[in-house]
Amino acid sequence: MSATLISAAVLVAQILLVAAMGCAALRVLRGPRAQDRVLALDTLYVNGAMLLLVFGVRTGTTHYFEAALLISLLGFVATAALSKFLMRGEVIE
Amino acid sequence: MKRWFPYPLIGLGLALLWLLLTESVSTAAFLLATALALAGCGTLLRLRFPKARLRRLGSVPGLLRDVVVEVFRSNNAVARIILRPSREDARRSGFVRVPLDMRSPHGLAALACILTATPGTVWVDYDSTDGTMLLHVLDLIDEDAWVRIVKDRWERRLMEIFE
Amino acid sequence: MSQAADLPLWAALPVAMLLVVGAGLALAGSIGLVTLKSFYDRMHAPTLGTTLGIGSILIASMLYFSVLQTRFVLHEILIGAFMVVTTPVTLMLLARAALYRDEREGNPDAPPRRPPPTKD
Repeated sequence: MSATLISAAVLVAQILLVAAMGCAALRVLRGPRAQDRVLALDTLYVNGAMLLLVFGVRTGTTHYFEAALLISLLGFVATAALSKFLMRGEVIE
Repeated sequence: MKRWFPYPLIGLGLALLWLLLTESVSTAAFLLATALALAGCGTLLRLRFPKARLRRLGSVPGLLRDVVVEVFRSNNAVARIILRPSREDARRSGFVRVPLDMRSPHGLAALACILTATPGTVWVDYDSTDGTMLLHVLDLIDEDAWVRIVKDRWERRLMEIFE
Repeated sequence: MSQAADLPLWAALPVAMLLVVGAGLALAGSIGLVTLKSFYDRMHAPTLGTTLGIGSILIASMLYFSVLQTRFVLHEILIGAFMVVTTPVTLMLLARAALYRDEREGNPDAPPRRPPPTKD
């Protein structure tokens, strides 16, 4: 009973998250301006981290947690660097 | 103690972070956590990071509870706005300038985190010369109402804690 | 998926619900990213996913592994704490960059440079 419930919920959550990543990817491609693309890329990172956490529940291993943590760390650094680039034209002043 | 851990809360936070990451409470993990806390405090001391003076810690749990309630409420509100585009024409978004009385950098950082973490409001800019903050609101009904909300609900209580 | 059979129903129900709710909120935020009209409006949409969305998925994961391994698995709190600290920073940096670019190009989206004198 609980196995079917969890697997159904995991499947639904994965479909929803992939749709969310698709929406974010659409905004990355459409733009129209650079800040829209950076914002969408940040959303894509967060959605990716969530998808990895759901994968962790699906497989029953905690190894995906490290990957999700790394993705959210890298996403933060990437977005901060890109925003600074948009503002000043260079990342490290 | 004061000399080695000039920032006790940050040091404690770093040590806890390490223990959670390694998921162990062995002696080695505790030693490494202490080393991390020492290194973090030392780095902050070199950077001349301003020390926070926390007063009236009793009002922190109430504030946190209100933040959580507000996050739930505004998540619901923003999800409604997004998923019901028929009311799109009636909605107006815009910038509000809020004059702030708070000058403590830690209090301002906490206010920025609270305002940005609740969907529907984003802290955009802060002018330190005259202490005004630029806020973008997704569902702007009345500018003065937002100024009152920011000042009464959050700023006054954060000033009690940080100043 | 085999271990999930050991999970009691009282834990499986909230885990399943939290997973679907979190993913649904992330989808709502990303839909807003596509449908909202201006950049400053779109800036609000992803906060749905970064607050309650990832929060509920983290709680679901914590509950699932804690019950399954009969010990407290709490390291998901790290991602949550990290998200709470970093989301405002990235959004603020991005908003200021967008504001700067709009002001420099004279776009109508940007707010007035100085507060109107009636406010003071």
